[in-house]
Amino acid sequence: MGTTGETADLVVVGAGPAGLAAAVTALAGGLRVALVDSAGTVGGQFWRHPPDTARAAIPTADLHHGLRDYRALREALAAAGDRGRLDLRLAHHVWSVTRDEDGFTVHTVDRRRAPEETAVTLRAPRLLVATGAYDRQLPFPGWDLPGVLTLGGLQALLKGGGVVAGDRVALGGTGPFLLPVAAALAARGARVVTVCEAAGPSAWLRSPGPLLRNPAKGAEGARYGLTLARHGVRFRPRTAIVAAEGTDRVTSVEIASLAADGSPRPGTERRVEADTVGVGWGFVPQLDLLVPLGCALADSDDGSTVVAVDAGQRTTVPGLYAAGEVCGVGGARLSLAEGRLAAESVLADHGAAPVLGRGRRAAVRATVKRHRAFARALARAHPVPSAWSRWLTDDTVVCRCEEVTAGAVRAARTDGGARDHRQVKQLTRAGMGWCQGRVCGPAVHCLVAPHRSYTPTERLVATPLTLGALADLDHARENTGGAAHE
Amino acid sequence: MTLKVVVVGGGVVGAACAFHAASAGLDVTVVDRGPVGAGTTSRGEGNVLLSDKEPGPELDLARLSRALWDEAGEELGADLFELEPKGGLVVARTDEGLAALGVFAARQARAGVRVEPVDRVRELEPHLAPGLPGGVHYPQDAQVQPVRAAVALLDAAVRRGARTRTAEVAAAVTGRDGALTGVRTAAGDVLPADAVVNAAGTWGGEVGRRLGAPVEVLPRRGFVLVTEPLPPMVRHKVYSADYVAGVASSDAGLETSCVVEGTRGGTVLIGASRERVGFDTRLNPAVVTRLAAQACRLFPFLRGTHLIRTYRGFRPYCPDHLPVVGPDPRAPGVVHACGHEGAGIGLAPATGALVTAHLLGRPWRGADPAAHTALLPDRLVSRGGASR
Ligand SMILES: Cc1cc2nc3c(=O)[nH]c(=O)nc-3n(C[C@H](O)[C@H](O)[C@H](O)COP(=O)(O)OP(=O)(O)OC[C@H]3O[C@@H](n4cnc5c(N)ncnc54)[C@H](O)[C@@H]3O)c2cc1C
Ligand SMILES: Cc1cc2nc3c(=O)[nH]c(=O)nc-3n(C[C@H](O)[C@H](O)[C@H](O)COP(=O)(O)OP(=O)(O)OC[C@H]3O[C@@H](n4cnc5c(N)ncnc54)[C@H](O)[C@@H]3O)c2cc1C
Repeated sequence: MGTTGETADLVVVGAGPAGLAAAVTALAGGLRVALVDSAGTVGGQFWRHPPDTARAAIPTADLHHGLRDYRALREALAAAGDRGRLDLRLAHHVWSVTRDEDGFTVHTVDRRRAPEETAVTLRAPRLLVATGAYDRQLPFPGWDLPGVLTLGGLQALLKGGGVVAGDRVALGGTGPFLLPVAAALAARGARVVTVCEAAGPSAWLRSPGPLLRNPAKGAEGARYGLTLARHGVRFRPRTAIVAAEGTDRVTSVEIASLAADGSPRPGTERRVEADTVGVGWGFVPQLDLLVPLGCALADSDDGSTVVAVDAGQRTTVPGLYAAGEVCGVGGARLSLAEGRLAAESVLADHGAAPVLGRGRRAAVRATVKRHRAFARALARAHPVPSAWSRWLTDDTVVCRCEEVTAGAVRAARTDGGARDHRQVKQLTRAGMGWCQGRVCGPAVHCLVAPHRSYTPTERLVATPLTLGALADLDHARENTGGAAHE
Repeated sequence: MTLKVVVVGGGVVGAACAFHAASAGLDVTVVDRGPVGAGTTSRGEGNVLLSDKEPGPELDLARLSRALWDEAGEELGADLFELEPKGGLVVARTDEGLAALGVFAARQARAGVRVEPVDRVRELEPHLAPGLPGGVHYPQDAQVQPVRAAVALLDAAVRRGARTRTAEVAAAVTGRDGALTGVRTAAGDVLPADAVVNAAGTWGGEVGRRLGAPVEVLPRRGFVLVTEPLPPMVRHKVYSADYVAGVASSDAGLETSCVVEGTRGGTVLIGASRERVGFDTRLNPAVVTRLAAQACRLFPFLRGTHLIRTYRGFRPYCPDHLPVVGPDPRAPGVVHACGHEGAGIGLAPATGALVTAHLLGRPWRGADPAAHTALLPDRLVSRGGASR
């Protein structure tokens, strides 16, 4: 049944780098913190790990970076837990957040004994959302075949379970994330048969400034480059995976060189055998909890909408803070720094003393600024190619849940006059299924409104949950005399 | 000379007005600030119900509308907007509830509604909870897909000569004698008009004011729950008899009494709550949990079914819970067609026909202004006097 009550001074949703850093900083400042994550362990995407019980059996240390920070954060959490200041809620998925005069009610569903589900309610005067981002997927013929995954998905299998998803792996898409995924798979024994990067090799030369100001990033790239060279992995710039083929499972991909606008250059198509494919076109911020709270959103440079924050990570809604990739995709270092800054703002607004000295705070701010500039440059260098939809055929499925094809989406635009993904949804059901457009929304958007940033549909329910869990919450409320009738 | 009509609002009601007026040969322009059906129409469930209406002016309009939905289906293709005459099943949860439902249904039958008392409700709906004492089957209850219906009606209107225009309506333009000559948009354009139809739904109060014919139309919030797709489990529109009380009530607080139905896509819809909280867009988890609890009580299998989405909308209602349809006595040329509350989709075709009849000054497609005088704006206009 549901638990309610003033549980903490601060609820942090998301225990990735941003949420971890924020929670640890707020705890250090003396606050009581509830830290919630739908995953079974802390770490988020960057420090995804096997469940604690399986950790000894599945070594993954070689796959990680910055483990020292991770361990320090975990130790700080454990210490705070011992002192009773931390309410750590793992395997709790937040399905809705509501705000009233006294703060925030965070509605979660406890899945520790899945498939059993129990609704649990947390309350706090302040809320910090650090729910990260997820892979942007663009459909292509065959992308719905078993064996075709996202880059993030491949990485998550590796880090979360030590699973090397295939023997012959083809990778494609755009952005720096291709490199660590390729390097990790190669190091773990997969044959990475091709790495197709849609952007050109000179993309960086257009604005080398941010790279020069972030030498660590350059070194990181060089390290991955070395790993790939050592394993004989071909990195192909200005190339894309334009189709996957196979009957029960993918057996090959078609790759093609791209013209400047991203359209496949006729005659350059080649077939490459592969049993596993990973594709990713950057990341889309996970704003499901933020949009319904009504905070202002902003345009990022990578075609996605992000939550707008001030220099202290405050959103436009009083008491609501955001950190990490919900504010723009920029990597784990940036997320960590933003998490610290956000917690400092929480402390200040709470009337508590800062944890970091003035000088350290200024340094963290400078880090955020530098990484943001770097991320913007990256985004500009790795856009979704404007002509990507050329590789769709009319019968390519765009929305997998409702099996809506590219032809149907195009018809909704040309015949139905649909001007955005919401109208396409009304006319075609694209985005009405299980994933509620989280997967196909960005792609449908790119098909009908490529010149605007993608703003997700408002989703009042952030994760599917059983009606039974909700019904129990209603009975609990009735029994405690709580009012459903306001 | 052909009467020039501007319809403000491209929701299902405005689309139906345009469809009927264009069919009658009038010169029609539909103006909406957004896309077709993107207002409350995209938030409705698409129930076309007789079962929830007590005898009176709204039921009279609903009966006509039900027949006109069938006609529209024949003319335009029922599949185009997923018209499905699946029937409604109202179930009582107690013996007293069943007795009250029986009395209500008998009154409806006398008003011309087909009602079929059912003893064993699980013969009609096998997955209902055991132990329910009985119910009433309403074979005329039907369903449409609201946005598709609005699009289909508007497309048909355009084929019959109507025009559409994306603009925000700002004011009426009148000649020296006070007669309407056009409608001004926020961008400053003037669309010539002899008559203007206020089909602005929940915003009908504001549009009426801009046209010099204010009427009180208020928002009533409703949430709908949508489940994951399932194999067909629920055949009818099923609701508990408590709903009948909820619809007629004017209590300011929250009312929930859920209607459960399966859709073509396999999802189950559970709706809808009623709250008077202005245009407050926030989720009310108490509503969601209450609807879930009620649905699970009717259909226990739903306990294990996932909610994947909930959405809300704001029903347009007049203080006396009747739509306002007809010419405004204070502002010649202004015809209202709004305030349909939770029934605007069901009532759209008859509203369109009735508006057209008012414009023509004679009955149209079974809609006779003399038979629907209770819907005239006069009842809401106590102080009188044009204010433009
Ligand atoms: C699948 C995937 C794999 C990635 N792998 C790498 C990698 O190997 N190397 C790399 O450099 N970058 C990787 N990234 C990029 C990565 O997102 C960032 O580098 C970094 O993890 C961002 O940190 P964050 O704290 O902002 O968000 P995240 O690390 O994404 O953390 C967000 C956390 O919020 C939780 N959450 C989200 N919604 C809810 C909810 N409603 N209720 C409860 N909890 C919720 C998630 O479970 C997650 O743990 C990956 C991204 C993805 C999507
Ligand atoms: C949760 C919920 C469930 C419902 N379920 C049902 C149901 O099952 N069956 C049923 O029959 N009804 C149902 N309804 C009610 C139904 O949705 C409404 O009664 C109906 O959609 C009203 O249609 P409309 O065309 O009058 O309004 P709308 O669809 O809102 O159209 C009005 C249009 O006017 C436009 N507009 C407003 N102001 C201006 C301006 N100044 N200039 C230009 N354009 C303007 C708007 O953009 C809008 O498109 C439900 C409602 C809700 C909220």
